[in-house]
Amino acid sequence: MIEVRNLTKSYGGVKGVKAVDNISFTVEKGEILGFLGPNGAGKTTTMNILSGYISSSSGSAILGGIDVLEEPIAAKRNIGYLPENPPLYLDMTVDEYLRFVYELKKSKLPRNTHLNEICELVKITDMRKRLIRNLSKGYRQRVGLAQALVGNPAILILDEPTSGLDPKQIIEIRTLIKKLGENHTVILSSHILPEIQAVCDKIVIINKGKIAADATATKLSEGFSSKHRLVVEVKENLEEAIKQIEKIKGIKSVTSEVTLEEIFLKLTAGEDY
Amino acid sequence: MNAVFKRELKAYFVTPLGYVFIGVYLIFSGAFFYLFTLTSPTPTPGTGVADFTPMFSLMFFVLMITVPLLTMRLFADEKRSKTDQLLLTAPISLFGLVAAKFAAAYTIFLISTAVMPIYGIVLSNFTEVSRRAIAGSMAGLLMLGAVYTAAGLLVSSLTENQMIAAIVSVFANVGFLFSSIAAPYVGIGFLADALRSLSLLERYDRFTIGLFELENALFFISITVVLLFLCVRVLERRRWA
Repeated sequence: MIEVRNLTKSYGGVKGVKAVDNISFTVEKGEILGFLGPNGAGKTTTMNILSGYISSSSGSAILGGIDVLEEPIAAKRNIGYLPENPPLYLDMTVDEYLRFVYELKKSKLPRNTHLNEICELVKITDMRKRLIRNLSKGYRQRVGLAQALVGNPAILILDEPTSGLDPKQIIEIRTLIKKLGENHTVILSSHILPEIQAVCDKIVIINKGKIAADATATKLSEGFSSKHRLVVEVKENLEEAIKQIEKIKGIKSVTSEVTLEEIFLKLTAGEDY
Repeated sequence: MNAVFKRELKAYFVTPLGYVFIGVYLIFSGAFFYLFTLTSPTPTPGTGVADFTPMFSLMFFVLMITVPLLTMRLFADEKRSKTDQLLLTAPISLFGLVAAKFAAAYTIFLISTAVMPIYGIVLSNFTEVSRRAIAGSMAGLLMLGAVYTAAGLLVSSLTENQMIAAIVSVFANVGFLFSSIAAPYVGIGFLADALRSLSLLERYDRFTIGLFELENALFFISITVVLLFLCVRVLERRRWA
């Protein structure tokens, strides 16, 4: 579905800084690819090239069988893009904005039902009449995600989709992305490891513009880690459980902990968590 | 393209910008009409026909400064708020995008300009009015507005800052004016000719005295097209930078 071949982007001429240096990878239909790397590794640059926002210096990006550089308009029809900063018009309401995007993308789907579905999916139905200017960062992020989903594109490119969200929202968005992965091909970037691990089928690690590793999550952890951890959720009688586990052969140590995240979720989510 | 046009048009009235432009336009055209046409002691000497030339002639300078107010936001603000990422990754052509933005700003200009013939209609109740002179002047005004709008749009695509866009656009428009003023002082013959032929003012003044010359009309239209084309190239180039 997505084929990236020897993609290079240098800023400031041929001898300039190479933000992305000769990277290649493929994403099959229905896969979720995680793009992992430190800040400034070239994640955003790669995504900008894939979405057709900027051009590559050399190499090619083929999305849904169409080269982005050669037939930009046709290629862009298949792509939903959520950039790092959601491209929102603050002077519009959520509804006006989504309708604008709907027209901009020349979607043929029935407008009202399609937009209603998207709003339900990213949980912004209650915010539709509000000005985007007055929304919190988390809601703005969701409106940005909604924008990418308009027109039901086959490929979703999401640049740090969970940045600025609270832990509960992060989990919601992750679940949502997993769900989207059933019908869409997704590329998402992050520098948060557990996030990538939780969501992605395949991982590309990028550093200083080059690909450092390209494999599935399990393969990566087998290849690189000598330490394995198992997380066990205990229903009741914690001490007894610890004792039992310690008896198993090959167990190095057992520690019990309650993370702040769990407490946060319990306190904010109420009964339904 | 249609979506962008509608959004931009609406944005002019969400912010006060559209109202300010129309208001300033009406104040100046009304004042010029009152001072130079309505209360001028005599009609065009010897003809007995009301003279609209000063009003249209002075609008040249008003547009020079006010049209940049309309265009300054168009691309600069998209770039600053990063909404250009939405537009440039949408399945639309760059030319369609530029054309839509141009059309939105030009529509506001048209709405304001629609008042000009009304002055003629009002005055025709009291004295003789040359319809041809007004029609010629209107044609000139419409084409001048197109040139200024295209110039402002081009400048707006070059910067992220609206104020800089506005100021540079005004200077660009003044540059068009000065090319004819500077022409006599340039010693080299062909350069002087080139500068003079670039002057918007001289060509515009031919319209205001009621002369419709195809040569001048073609000049205004082709300058507009060239400026819009350059704007598309600027957006294109940014992808490659």
